[in-house]
Amino acid sequence: MDETVAEYIRRTVLKIPRDEIKTMLQKWGFLSEAQLQTLNFHQLKDNVSQEVVQLCEENSADIKQAAVLDIIYNHIYQNKRMWSVYQMKKSGEELEYFDITDFKKKFKERLRSALKNVTITFKEYEDNAIWIRVAWGTPHKKPNQYKPSYVVYHSQTPYVFISASVLKSTLPLLCQALIVASNYHDIREMELRSHSLNSLKDIVFKRYSQNFQTYNPKPLQGGNVEPQSADLRIVQENRSEKERIHRLNREVFGDGPQPKLEFAQYRLETMFKSDPKIDVLDKKEPFRCLVKFSSPHLLESLKSLVPAGMADAPLSPLLTCIPQKARNYFKIKDKKGFFPEGFVSP
Amino acid sequence: HIATSLPLPSERDHLRPRIDLIVFMIDIKSKYSLKNVEASLAYVDASFFLGKVCFLVTGVGRLNSCSVETNAICKLGEAYCSPVIFCELELEGIRVATAQRLLRILQICAGHIPGVSALSFVSLMRNSDDD
Repeated sequence: MDETVAEYIRRTVLKIPRDEIKTMLQKWGFLSEAQLQTLNFHQLKDNVSQEVVQLCEENSADIKQAAVLDIIYNHIYQNKRMWSVYQMKKSGEELEYFDITDFKKKFKERLRSALKNVTITFKEYEDNAIWIRVAWGTPHKKPNQYKPSYVVYHSQTPYVFISASVLKSTLPLLCQALIVASNYHDIREMELRSHSLNSLKDIVFKRYSQNFQTYNPKPLQGGNVEPQSADLRIVQENRSEKERIHRLNREVFGDGPQPKLEFAQYRLETMFKSDPKIDVLDKKEPFRCLVKFSSPHLLESLKSLVPAGMADAPLSPLLTCIPQKARNYFKIKDKKGFFPEGFVSP
Repeated sequence: HIATSLPLPSERDHLRPRIDLIVFMIDIKSKYSLKNVEASLAYVDASFFLGKVCFLVTGVGRLNSCSVETNAICKLGEAYCSPVIFCELELEGIRVATAQRLLRILQICAGHIPGVSALSFVSLMRNSDDD
């Protein structure tokens, strides 16, 4: 077995938390059940990984199998990576039957014709997700297995989720291969990024609970904000206001859990507006400013802002439109015309 | 009675007893709460400022999340001749002690302590440097 493969397997196993090693190796399926029985998982992880490498040596593992183990690890720990969403466009309306073998073949051909040294691995999962791992090399060097790109493609949708390698120059190649393989003619990056792959899927596949405009002005029954305090001597003066806020919040955010995003970034390219008497900036150029909101769970924290009394209702549509517009990176420019206001550029 | 801002909703006017003490709570972590209090102060009748108003500043235990300057709050207290009490609601001991203090102030404002009235607070507020 190649030394580099052995080292790669050893390092991959070291990443796995001790309690998960056995299940992951079972999912991998490369080592037999008998071989797994011989492993002692209660020793130092260093030693466990050495033993695993020994067993892989016996089975003559090559880089292809090692790459599958890596995909399995990254599928389970997908939230450690930062994912971007890309949307592909078809030229016509033809609904072509998707053939997975054809896809894989075209993808490999396209990449290999541009770059000889690549390791390409595919794994399909039950939710129709196709995971692709690509390790990149150069015409003169073998692929670097430690900086791969990962792609998740749901074949029935035009969306691709990419966790790109730090080797930035590989991204255009990757995109090209994807559109060729999937019979689309164009691909563009959406302004949507997060660590939570499932949340990104929820947003673009519209799987989160959305708000629907309710034209019925009758207040919802049982939309009680807080339980009446146990102590009847405490009187809430603004109960009806609180209920109104709660109802508005439900309309904006819906009832279910919000998709998990960590950032919202607004790049302002608007003119600085000051009192015309105080001419602060004589240069009439846009005032560049970047506003970034970050949180372990941004949308849930926005949802709790008004009920917690930290902001006025209604919240700015710039914040609440994030799931509907499927973006968390915005550019705000001045609207040209008589009434300059911020407007969101596409 | 707990309210999020002033003025109080008028539909409950007939259900409300006499108000003896108004405690304005300012969360030191939220500039918004200070603005809310400043806006609500405009709706308070002048007679309350003779000892029946006090400011309660919460969240002082977490100094690294301070958004409001204590200077600004003390100036507010001086401007309205009302005491400012600092506390940390997350610590049970301080919470209980603060509640006891407020209760004492309320007893005086409601006239339950003979010989002491709310006006006493005003005279206690005067800075010795002023004289």
